[in-house]
Amino acid sequence: MALNDKMIAELSFRARFLREETAFSWIQISRSARNDRAVGLVFLACVLMFAPISLHAQTIRIAAASDLQFVLPELAAQYEKQSGMKLTLTFGSSGNLFAQIQNGAPFDLFLSADTSYPHKLIEASQGDADSYDLYALGFLVIWLPVGSPVDLKVQGYRALLDARIRKIAIANPEFAPYGRAAVSALRNAGIYEQVKTKLVFGENVSQAAQFVQSGGADAAIISRSLALSPPMKSGNRYELEAMQFTPLEQAAVILKSSANKAAAKDFMEFLRTPAASEIWKSHGYLVAPKPPAGFTR
Amino acid sequence: MNAEALLLSLRLAATVSLLLLFFALPLAYALAFLKWPGKFLVESIVALPLVLPPTVLGFYALIAMGPRGPLGKLWQSLFGHSLAFTFAGLVIASLVYSLPFAVQPLVTAFESLDRRLLDASAVLGASNARTFFRIILPLAWPGVLTSLVLSFAHTLGEFGVVLMVGGNLPGVTRTVSIDIYDRAQALDYAGAQQTALLLLAVCFLVLSLVYAVNRRVWSPWPVR
Repeated sequence: MALNDKMIAELSFRARFLREETAFSWIQISRSARNDRAVGLVFLACVLMFAPISLHAQTIRIAAASDLQFVLPELAAQYEKQSGMKLTLTFGSSGNLFAQIQNGAPFDLFLSADTSYPHKLIEASQGDADSYDLYALGFLVIWLPVGSPVDLKVQGYRALLDARIRKIAIANPEFAPYGRAAVSALRNAGIYEQVKTKLVFGENVSQAAQFVQSGGADAAIISRSLALSPPMKSGNRYELEAMQFTPLEQAAVILKSSANKAAAKDFMEFLRTPAASEIWKSHGYLVAPKPPAGFTR
Repeated sequence: MNAEALLLSLRLAATVSLLLLFFALPLAYALAFLKWPGKFLVESIVALPLVLPPTVLGFYALIAMGPRGPLGKLWQSLFGHSLAFTFAGLVIASLVYSLPFAVQPLVTAFESLDRRLLDASAVLGASNARTFFRIILPLAWPGVLTSLVLSFAHTLGEFGVVLMVGGNLPGVTRTVSIDIYDRAQALDYAGAQQTALLLLAVCFLVLSLVYAVNRRVWSPWPVR
C-alpha cells in the first residue's frame, strides 16, 4: 500500500504531537520533582550493585559449632595459605545449624560440638557416612570475670552456689551441646537443683560467653576454647575435669548435597595434621584418637 | 568492618525496594482509588508485617521456602535448588517484610491528592493510565520517594527474618545486621561497633532525606 500525501501529513503531525507531548510531560515531571537527579543517581547505584558478587571457584562452606569461634579461623587461615582454597565459616549452635542443614542450607562440611547431630544427618541420609570423623575433644570450664567477689581457686565449682553469683550463663541445652554438657556437669556435681534458677541461656556457647564477658551474667559455663580466647583470657577459669566430667566428643560430617566433597575431605584430613594439632592444643582442645575407618552406629 | 556484608545488604535493600515499588504502585492505587469488597482485609494483610514479630514471619518463610514447603518445591522444580538460604529467598522474605513500608506512604500520598484534578483529567478524555502517569505520579512523587527510601532502609536493617531464612552464609545471606550480631558473639566489640555506627549513620541520612523532601509538601505549617 502506497502512502499518499494526506497520510504522510497526518503521520508527521502525529509524530510532532507525540514529541511535544513527551517533552511536555518530561518538563512537568522535572518541575514537580526537584529530586529526579538524586533519584537517577540512586537508580544508577542500584544497577551497579546488581553486578553479581564474585565467589571463589573453590570454596568450602563450613557450618561450625560456636565453640570453634576462635580456633577455626586460625586453622582456616593456615589451610587457605597452604592449599589456595577459600573457606567460608558460619558459626551457630550445633542444633541450629543441624536444623538449617535439614532445611537445605548449602554447606559442604558440618563441624558439630557433639556426635549426635552428625549421626542424625547420616541417618537422614543427608550426611556422608564414610566421611564421619571425630575431629576434637572439647572441655567445659567455669569462667568468672576478673574482680568477681568469689574465688574459684579456693571454692571450685561450689563458688556457683555463692549468693553473690546471681546469674550463670550457659548455652541453651535444647540445641547446644555445650549447654547440655553444662547441665549434666551441674547434675554430676549435685548442685543443679540449687543453681537452676540462676541459669540464663545463650543461643549458643559463644553467646553465653558474651553474656558474662559483657557483665550481664556473673559466671558462665563455657568451652575451654572460648575461655582461652584473647578477649576472655584474663578471667578466672576452673576446669570441670575436676568434676569427673568427660570431654565432649566433637564430630564432623560432609554433606551429601556438597559439590565439593573432595576438597572438604582434604580439609578434614588437614585438621589431623601435626601443624593443626598444635593450633587445636593452643586453644584448649585435644585431637581425638583416630577411630576405626568408616561410620558405625 | 565487613565490606562484603555491607555490599550484600545494600544489594538486598536496592533489589527489594525497587521490586516493591513495582508491586506497591498498583496495590496502593487499588487501595486509594478503587472501591471493592473486602478492601479492609487486604489493608490488614499489607499492614501485618508491621506488628508481626520478624521471627513469626521468618518461621513461615522458612517453612514455605524449605525443600518440603510449597514455594521451595516450586523453586526446586524451576531452578534445581531450594529457596531457603539463598539470596533470592532473602529477597522474597524481605518483600513481604517491607511491604507496608512501601505501600502505606503511597496510599497516603494518593489519598491526599486533589480529586478535582483527577476528575478534570477524566473529563478531558484522558484514560486512567494516562491520568496515573501524567497527574497522579508527578503529584505524588514525594510519596513515591518516601516509599522507596523507607523500604530500602527497613530492608537494610532487618534482622530476625534474615536470621531465620538466611542461614548466615558469607557473601550470600550474611547481611550487616547479622554481621554485627556475629561480631558481638565473637566478642569483637570494636568490629560490631564500627558496623553498627555505619548502619546508624546510613539510616539517619536516609530518613533525613525523606523528611527533607516531605517537609516541602506535607508541611503542617505554611512554607512561605
